[in-house]
Amino acid sequence: MVTLIVDNKEIETQEGSTLLQACLDNGIYIPNLCYLNGIEDPPGSCRLCFVEIEGYDQPRTSCRVKVQQGMVVRTNTEHVRRLQKTAFELLLSTHHVECRNCPANKKCELQRIAKFLHFGLKLKRLEPLERDIEVEHEHPFLEYIPTRCVLCGKCVFVCRKRNGQPMLSFAKRGFDTVISFFGENDKPVDVCNECYACAEICPVGALLVKDSPNTSNPWKRGSFNDKGKCQTPLK
Amino acid sequence: MNLSARTEEKVMFDHIASMLRTYEKKRENLMAILQEIQGKYGYVAPPALQMVAKHLGLSSCEVYGVATFYNQFRFNPPGKHQIRVCLGTACHVRGGDIILENFERKLEIKAGETTPDREFSIDRVACVGCCALAPVAIVDDTVYGHMAPSKVEGVILGFEIEKERKEREKQDSESQE
Repeated sequence: MVTLIVDNKEIETQEGSTLLQACLDNGIYIPNLCYLNGIEDPPGSCRLCFVEIEGYDQPRTSCRVKVQQGMVVRTNTEHVRRLQKTAFELLLSTHHVECRNCPANKKCELQRIAKFLHFGLKLKRLEPLERDIEVEHEHPFLEYIPTRCVLCGKCVFVCRKRNGQPMLSFAKRGFDTVISFFGENDKPVDVCNECYACAEICPVGALLVKDSPNTSNPWKRGSFNDKGKCQTPLK
Repeated sequence: MNLSARTEEKVMFDHIASMLRTYEKKRENLMAILQEIQGKYGYVAPPALQMVAKHLGLSSCEVYGVATFYNQFRFNPPGKHQIRVCLGTACHVRGGDIILENFERKLEIKAGETTPDREFSIDRVACVGCCALAPVAIVDDTVYGHMAPSKVEGVILGFEIEKERKEREKQDSESQE
């Protein structure tokens, strides 16, 4: 066991765990989108989980830091909050904010982070820059809405974990990056096991299960807790 | 797609299938295989991606993800006449994007695509090394400097007239025989 001090509170955690996980386990919330418990190599791409660690002059992404005995961490400094707010603002600027008609409303991780940071979902400083990508309807069970997607990569991770091979993946790059099933018209050629782990893990309602009498929609099934986190354990 | 194009594709896929056998079934061979296909045929057809995926034991979407990440791969056959519109710094400043837009509108395709008759394909390139002539478009091997949106139609029309003339000559020689 390792003890460290986070926000003047002493916490105990297992050796080898990431700083972010240790904080979350001990009830200290740090905003995060792309981190998942058990992910081998956290991408650290959402740029939200910054903390200040004594001994480092710059804030670090807590998902990429392993806990050390006697670490002194602060999660709510001005510097950290500013970085988080800017990263969040940038995410929002490409996000189609229409919570009322979004199935993820009230379960959405973005809403939770906005509330936590005391940050409105309406942009004040930046202009919205939505990506001009059409919604793909070719997949038999899943619907992907790129303007909602925050590209956290959780769906790709859980799909790989469940099925050995990801049936969906990042495609293209830069501003055009999307989650893709396959190809130009996005007709999937890989066999989907219909486990819907991807739709369940999606923090923002960008991956949905299509309405059909044969599929049970996890968004309707209520398999989410209040925090919008998947409760189904990963194999 | 006409019949000859279809048989051509079939030959290509047969070639790719035999080419794949020379590669070990290792993940790290993915780029080398894609590059070989692109180099040989000028494009990586989606079914070819699936063949590669199957050979390497990857899922097709993963192969697609890798292939779309790099600009060097295209997914439809290049046209007979390849139009490259420069969007380097100088051309961008002089309105290269408007030239590109004009080509796209005139041919009703987007950059990276090929017209259904496979006559023209449009690509965007980043600097061709003659910035003094900006904005520049290169069609096949001819450099068109100081391009203007109004010149776009003329360039395409030139090729269409040329094509018609060749067809007429062909018909004439056939009727003479």
